[in-house]
Amino acid sequence: MLGYVLRRLAASIPVLAIVAVLVFLMLRLTPGDPAAVIAGDNASSEQIAQVRHQLGLDQPLLVQFLIWIGNLLQGNFGESFFFKKSIGDLILGRVEPTLSLAAATMLIAVCVAIPLGVVAAYRHGSWLDRIVMGASVLGFSVPVFVIGYGMIYVFAITLGWFPVQGYQPLSAGFGGYLHRLVLPALTLSVVYIALIARMTRASVLEVLNEDYIRTARAKGQVERKILFRHALKNAAVPIVTVVGIGIALLIGGVVVTESVFAIPGLGRLTVDAVLARDYPTIQALILLFSGVYVLINLLIDLTYSLFDPRIRH
Amino acid sequence: MSAEPTLLAPAVATLPPPRTLPARLLRNPVVALGTGFLLLMALIGAFAPFLGTLDPTAINPATRNRPPGFERTLRAEDGSTTTFRHRMGTDSLGRDVYSRVLYGARVSLVIAVAVATIALAVGLLLGLVAGYIRPLDGPIMRLMDGLMAIPGILLAIAVVSLFRAGLPAVIAAIVVPEIPRVVRLVRSIVLSVREEPYVEAAVMAGTRLPQLMARHILPNTIAPLIVQGTFIAASAILVEAVLSFLGIGIPPEIPSWGNIMAEGRNLFRVYPHNILYPGIFLGLTVLAVNMLGDGLRDTLDPKMTGR
Amino acid sequence: MAFRRSVLGLVAATAALLAPECAPAQTLKAVMHSDVKIVDPIWTTAYIVRNHGYMIYDTLFALDGNGEVKPQMVDTYTVSPDNLTYTFTLRDGLKWHDGKPVTAEDCVASIKRWAARDSLGQKLMTFVEGMTADDAQRFTVKLKSPTGLLLFGLAKPSSNVPFMMPKRVAETDPNQQISDFTGSGPFVMKADEWKPGDKIVYTKFKDYKPRSEPASGLAGGKVVKVDRVEWLAISDQQQAVNALLAGEIDLIEQPAYDLIPLLKGDAGVKLVDYNPLGLQYAMRPNHLIKPFDNPKVRQALTYALNQTDFLQAVVGDPDYYKACKALFVCGSPMATDKGMDGLLESNFAKSKQLLKEAGYDGTPIVLLHSTDLPTLTNLGPVAKQLLEKGGFKVDMQSSDWQTVVSRRVRKDPADKGGWNLMNTSWVSADILNPVMSSFVNMSCEKAPFGWPCDAEMEKLRDDFAREVDPAKQKAIAEAVQTRWREVVPYIPLGQFYIPIAARKTVTGILTAAAPVFWNVEKKK
Repeated sequence: MLGYVLRRLAASIPVLAIVAVLVFLMLRLTPGDPAAVIAGDNASSEQIAQVRHQLGLDQPLLVQFLIWIGNLLQGNFGESFFFKKSIGDLILGRVEPTLSLAAATMLIAVCVAIPLGVVAAYRHGSWLDRIVMGASVLGFSVPVFVIGYGMIYVFAITLGWFPVQGYQPLSAGFGGYLHRLVLPALTLSVVYIALIARMTRASVLEVLNEDYIRTARAKGQVERKILFRHALKNAAVPIVTVVGIGIALLIGGVVVTESVFAIPGLGRLTVDAVLARDYPTIQALILLFSGVYVLINLLIDLTYSLFDPRIRH
Repeated sequence: MSAEPTLLAPAVATLPPPRTLPARLLRNPVVALGTGFLLLMALIGAFAPFLGTLDPTAINPATRNRPPGFERTLRAEDGSTTTFRHRMGTDSLGRDVYSRVLYGARVSLVIAVAVATIALAVGLLLGLVAGYIRPLDGPIMRLMDGLMAIPGILLAIAVVSLFRAGLPAVIAAIVVPEIPRVVRLVRSIVLSVREEPYVEAAVMAGTRLPQLMARHILPNTIAPLIVQGTFIAASAILVEAVLSFLGIGIPPEIPSWGNIMAEGRNLFRVYPHNILYPGIFLGLTVLAVNMLGDGLRDTLDPKMTGR
Repeated sequence: MAFRRSVLGLVAATAALLAPECAPAQTLKAVMHSDVKIVDPIWTTAYIVRNHGYMIYDTLFALDGNGEVKPQMVDTYTVSPDNLTYTFTLRDGLKWHDGKPVTAEDCVASIKRWAARDSLGQKLMTFVEGMTADDAQRFTVKLKSPTGLLLFGLAKPSSNVPFMMPKRVAETDPNQQISDFTGSGPFVMKADEWKPGDKIVYTKFKDYKPRSEPASGLAGGKVVKVDRVEWLAISDQQQAVNALLAGEIDLIEQPAYDLIPLLKGDAGVKLVDYNPLGLQYAMRPNHLIKPFDNPKVRQALTYALNQTDFLQAVVGDPDYYKACKALFVCGSPMATDKGMDGLLESNFAKSKQLLKEAGYDGTPIVLLHSTDLPTLTNLGPVAKQLLEKGGFKVDMQSSDWQTVVSRRVRKDPADKGGWNLMNTSWVSADILNPVMSSFVNMSCEKAPFGWPCDAEMEKLRDDFAREVDPAKQKAIAEAVQTRWREVVPYIPLGQFYIPIAARKTVTGILTAAAPVFWNVEKKK
């Protein structure tokens, strides 16, 4: 087991190296000039050239790359072009909101979607099943910002249950923290509810047709027990996979949700950094997200053996 | 015909006979409904100039942000006047939202089709190469792993800023993150098919590579690829809208449902028609594509049903 | 669905239990037009950084509500009879945020750093022979020849404002950003709470000694009436308005025009017109490359365009715009109509005729269009439509504003990453006369992007700098405008005003060239 984990971790190094090269090249080929953005509205050409020199952007690409990688290997992400802060600190300050949003979203999604999927599978073909399936297709078909505006309009403006925007750190009190987190998490969870509910339904449906379920039924076991003890447990592998992929994909939704709700998280940091051509920050963020993706994939694979003893590493 | 008809048989068996396939597909009400709606949208896009529209980019600052039903007098070159009714109102530059939504159907559908086609074509090529040419398998798949590890939306943002903002840039941006998944799918199919006895036999019989690909391997990839393609198309329409929302989508001179909504989103509470009408078209179209995808999968690829 | 409904119900119940969040009453929460990313107001001209400067720094002089120069940190000053020696004495009891006293040396160093960056400051320095600190509270400026620029420059209201910083900070290389945020202004920046992209926090500076006069414009007593000011970054315009309507924030510096009906319709919110001179839209041609290297083609622009179309498309509500052809802004002392007759009236025939005379070959004009700033987005399509009617071919290239900013400084040909035309806006306080206004700076390579070149215009600007008599200054401004008609360094597209939107509980917002937070009160 430990050997497997180590081997997998080692295998992720080339992946991250490829990401690093890709991201670096892509950014340097973009037409934007961070120096012009930083130098301000009516800076002269000389001033811009000077800024470019200070940022090291006038050096050959290879040199810039080596400097960056060198620093990276020492655990130093570098300094943001704009914020004049170390990127490590910058990212650290933004982790809490994004992590909270992601966790709350997945919590809502799993708690709502799995029961829905199980019930839909159990009542396969009924009106309930059709509604769940129909609503889930609808869930993927609406852009997340439209869902966000809709939620704000109904729950924040019309009903006044939640604040319109903003984030409050956990340290400032759990009540306010939760109060501000609910609406964005609900918004973002819609698409995951749809995804996970469909997956759960399909997996449970498959399992329900298996022989051992029939055997259990024939033995007269209680339906609820059959459903949750046997069926759900055996359907867990694909469900875990889809939840895992969902977490990995979450960052895309986080970018938009954080913009709509003015949450100071990693998603907004990324958009700000891209629009400002803050190269070192973008590079660090993408590497970080890629690392998270690789780790989650590893975790998914490890949980397989938890649910399905037949899978061994 | 073929030199080894008996060996070809299993491959053909995975696909129903072509003549009955469309009929079988259309018998599925979900597929029929989805196809019908998409055809309607394609027709609307194609015939947009004849459906009582104005130039979708013609601005008129004097009549901006007017509600649906607002009537305006148009003056032709020869001095004659006609009354034009803005069925869906006007946007913040006085452009006709109805015309923009109808012309927007073109752009949104072109994006959907182009993204799906390009992603499938590139993915198919890379997948076949990776699956069949052993020395290239490693490098291609590592590159794909790398691409996959970058969150799609971030990759798209980066690609868009690479090019001059426009349709090709947006299509490229949406295509790139989709490719790795297609490559993986194709490669896994290739790997499993090559182990099949009839393929091994063909290889031993000295069938050349192009023939082998065309006869045995490609046909097996078609059904899953079509299904995959519809889902890519649906997500392409949504990703385009998100890119517009982030301010890096298609420039507003080329109306797409996504950028009409993105432009109108700040006025949601004051002039909801700017986001409502394109939103309905976009939502229904994505719904139709998803339904089509579900239906195709049920019919073509029963093993994957429900996913 | 049943599950979802019950989850929502549960959530709603939780929400009802939680008391609405309760910040101390004396915290003012504002959404400014942009996030504060850079904090050196001498290094950058970005308006948000200027606004930040007014929070934590103070100025030697300032313009009052009537546009007159008034001493601010300076207590008294004397001018020698030959108008060449100025001696300034600082007020008693001025302190930096770290508790140390403000000295004349600090001020001399600060003026030097500002003058190294600011275009007006650079001009001013050509008149200055030397600056010396005489003692802790007095310093002297010696001039080579008399100029009105010294006092006006020290009271310059907008970017770059000559803010006073401690000597150790002011000695930072002008091309490097400062990293020490010690000022002597009425607010202190809470460096530990500053999160770029989220918020920046200021608290009242307890040891600040306001002048005894009442506040007027940027001059007078800067009395702080709240304990804490937070500038929050809410990038979504509509969400900012929603938050204001819900009472989650107190003030929006620049609400989107199209959302103003929403604000007008709410009893808890008011709109404050704090900047009577407003802003000016401007179109800048690139003089270096074809076809705008030819003055005739630039003149064609002045005939093809008209201001009302632009203003209607961007602002919409006529309460908030004014067609105004005066280069130095309607409502200011230098405003004049001279030389403007027949221009900016969309005379397409005349425009086409000029293009024909100039031999314009129909090569498309590359027009840079930014799509992410609400106050600029709609300018592009209007320009395209008007110019096409006027005989131009236009290739409008859309991108985000930062890309426009990076691109407009490139001198390459238009098809190789360069550009021909771009639109922007200025705060009127930046362009009140020929020396201040950077777009009439026609000093070739030294001029800002667009790089216009005209010796006669430069001579007029030098004359203006030397002139101290207001009537003669006005005559020079008229001559500048007449010359403008021939050489067209830029085209003014009209004047507009952005009101502050605030909760009715917020009072005391001052009428000034920049939004300032002293004198602002928040009632319970």
